[in-house]
Amino acid sequence: MRRAPWIPIVIISTMLAMALFAPLLAPYSPIDQTLRDKLLPPFWMEGGSTKYLLGTDGFGRDILSRLIYGARVSLLVAVLALTAGGGIGLTIGILAGYLGGMIDNVLMRLVDAAFTFPAILFALLLAVTMGQGMATLVIAISLLLWASFARVIRGEVLALKQRDFVALAKVRGCSSLRIMATHILPNVLNTFMVLVTLNIGVVIVAEASLSFLGAGIPPPTPTWGLMISEGRGRIASAWWVALIPGIAITLLVLSVNLFGDWLRDRLDPRLRQL
Amino acid sequence: MQRYIVHRLLQGLVLLFMVATIVFFLGRLTGNPVDLMLPEEATAEDRQAMIQALGLDGSVYEQFVIFITNAFRGDLGMSIRMRQPAVDAFFDRLPNTLAIIPWALLMAMAIGIPLGVVAALNRGNFIDRLAGGIGVLGIAMPSFWLGIILIFVFSVELGWLPSGRMGGPEHYVLPVITLGAFLVAGFMRLIRSSMLEVMESEFVKLARIKGLSEWVVIWKHCLRNALIPVLTLWGVFVGNLITGAIVTETVFAWPGVGRLTYEAVIYRDFPLLQAVIILKAILILSINLLVDILYAYVDPRIRLS
Amino acid sequence: MTADTILEVRGLRTYFFLRRGVLKAVDGVSFSLRKGEVLGLVGESGCGKSLTALSVMRLLPKGSARTVEGQVVLDGEDILTKSLNEMRTVRGRKISMVLQDPQTSLNPVFTIGNQLREAIVRRFKGSRAELDRESIQALRHVEIAAPEQRIGQFPHQMSGGMKQRVVGAIAISGKPEVLIADEPTTALDVTIQLQYLKLLKRLQRETGMAILFITHDFGVVARMCDRVAVMYAGRIVECGPVRQVFDNPSHPYTQALIASVPKMEGTDGRLRTIEGQPPSLMNLPVGCRFADRCAFADERCREAYPGTYQVGADHTADCWRLAP
Repeated sequence: MRRAPWIPIVIISTMLAMALFAPLLAPYSPIDQTLRDKLLPPFWMEGGSTKYLLGTDGFGRDILSRLIYGARVSLLVAVLALTAGGGIGLTIGILAGYLGGMIDNVLMRLVDAAFTFPAILFALLLAVTMGQGMATLVIAISLLLWASFARVIRGEVLALKQRDFVALAKVRGCSSLRIMATHILPNVLNTFMVLVTLNIGVVIVAEASLSFLGAGIPPPTPTWGLMISEGRGRIASAWWVALIPGIAITLLVLSVNLFGDWLRDRLDPRLRQL
Repeated sequence: MQRYIVHRLLQGLVLLFMVATIVFFLGRLTGNPVDLMLPEEATAEDRQAMIQALGLDGSVYEQFVIFITNAFRGDLGMSIRMRQPAVDAFFDRLPNTLAIIPWALLMAMAIGIPLGVVAALNRGNFIDRLAGGIGVLGIAMPSFWLGIILIFVFSVELGWLPSGRMGGPEHYVLPVITLGAFLVAGFMRLIRSSMLEVMESEFVKLARIKGLSEWVVIWKHCLRNALIPVLTLWGVFVGNLITGAIVTETVFAWPGVGRLTYEAVIYRDFPLLQAVIILKAILILSINLLVDILYAYVDPRIRLS
Repeated sequence: MTADTILEVRGLRTYFFLRRGVLKAVDGVSFSLRKGEVLGLVGESGCGKSLTALSVMRLLPKGSARTVEGQVVLDGEDILTKSLNEMRTVRGRKISMVLQDPQTSLNPVFTIGNQLREAIVRRFKGSRAELDRESIQALRHVEIAAPEQRIGQFPHQMSGGMKQRVVGAIAISGKPEVLIADEPTTALDVTIQLQYLKLLKRLQRETGMAILFITHDFGVVARMCDRVAVMYAGRIVECGPVRQVFDNPSHPYTQALIASVPKMEGTDGRLRTIEGQPPSLMNLPVGCRFADRCAFADERCREAYPGTYQVGADHTADCWRLAP
């Protein structure tokens, strides 16, 4: 058995703590502007000071504080979108796999369609028509997730359906709904959890990309994607504004993926293909 | 074979209809469509003309019929910001996108496929883990951030390459790397896992029994079979390319359809966005159809059934 | 090693190294194959027959399985000591193999002609047209009708029996001196099986190659083979001319196997099965591996593995009851 991935676990815990206790941890407000202190470099560079550890952005806002509050948005979006998108995928996967026939056929066609057409386009469309905001963002990212959940869960259910305990439940006269809820659902929860962990990274990158494209949570709320977007015009003079949030995203996504790989091997090695 | 192609074509048309329907209803059912379609300074006459043209005083059903009829005639509305038909704006920009996509694909294949094969051949050892690391990093690094790093290193610090806009060959390098890197990891992982499966096959054993060289066994017998799942997942890759192009072109100020999409979003140019989405759907579906034909060529079991 | 021996396997041990332990799938196998003869290798599934064949071809599954000991002397040379590159010149040309399942033995994405040419070009460098002519000839040789059309076809367009003929044609296209046939008819329809056996027999007579014929079916042994080696739990327990082994089976396992073959003129009309299970290859007993299932087993059988004793001319068995 592989050893538990301690470094990723520490990084994930740190980010979680940042999100949960942001008001306690952040040295400054993430929104208030101190124009006098704008574009100060991080403390280790010439001109930087320990007053602003990671420097300031073009409005004189503390990058460290924005980073800490940004973790909040990333993780909140991840939790909501994975619950919504994952839940829809789970339900559709179980229904399609267990009921089969016409329902399965139609639902799987929808899944194929979702794989063909990039969800980001719908996400952008939603942002323009419904306006930017948390709800739009969560719906948009759920659209990105549900199909892959549905496809994997359906495969699991097809295999479970052949098992004796399902046949036994049928003989005992359990209704389909009851069998799905009490026999199928508990048996796909492991797979569901693995899918959730493997998709946290996908959600975080998607959220950052949408923020970067101006379709995420609107400013001034700090999000990592938005911070990169605001900093990219100053890359020549103040690289830290754009590069530091990117490091946070990459570290977090790398960590959840390594953790997800490990979890998958522990819970369900058959899912290697994912 | 012909039935297969016709079948796929019909599937594509159904999907296209679905996309158009969603775009239409999102435009109508959230807020006032006239506000979405016209610039803020539009006059009352402009508004009235718009209501007339799109039948906005009729039922939703009548509006939908008008929308679809217009779409068939190639009319997807006027871009608010560019003051030209949205379809024209799209086709003006399309060649610029098509100028980088083949290079990015080529790069992704030239790196991703051999890397996947080599990782599979070295399963479990250092080289495999190194390739796996590149794969995970490729997923973890948002491509817009990679693009910014490339600009920082090669344009700002080293001054070797331009940081954006179209121009001579040197302008292509960074955008192509950014867009290609977006796909390399996916290609590598897929090829690796399908190679591992194919290498266990009996026909590979027979190829060795014949006394063929390892080179022929791996790169002819195994790889040709391992490429089949890559082709079945092509639709996903095309989608990824379209997504990647939006981000890449935005970072490098590349005047293609990806950048156009971004502009439509930030300037809230709904008619333009609507046109871009529908035209991209058509583009994706046509490419997928082409790939289906190619797929049939690679896998004779489909071609001849 | 006598002058007419073409392949001699001595003390071959091939183990699987798994996380749970070492699985001794082939554990001290010795036999020899003479020029132009058909030697049957029989045993239950899982006794190590196929793995013996793959060890000889040096085509073990990558990673877990390894030949740890023994010699495989082919035409005077120990091929286990050869480099993989040298091995390539041996495969196909000196020793070749027909696999069990024709459905998966051919590459689905290349034509029959393509796969045949690859094999033929190794002994005959010719133009494309010449290679095609040779391919058609090879297909005709394995009794495939209309070979001119067949070379342009893909495997999925053929029946299982036809594919297995193609596999046969590919395997012998390098004119090998030894052919290993690993249950080549198990996956075929019963009616096709007999045709295929006849074909193999004819090819063997025409080319004079030696065949190591692996099967679990004593009936097929009687039809095909000159000599037979009986394998049990990773070892050969009895070996001799088919007639003699049938008339005078000397190892209790062979006796039980032969008793379980249905006979037309059956003595009591009942099929006998062998009680019990073969031992775990992960945890082999020190003594005779058949002892737990053997009606004659005594103390000595459980304490040590018996030697190989002469039963008749050219006929040996590993059983304490034969000890002088």
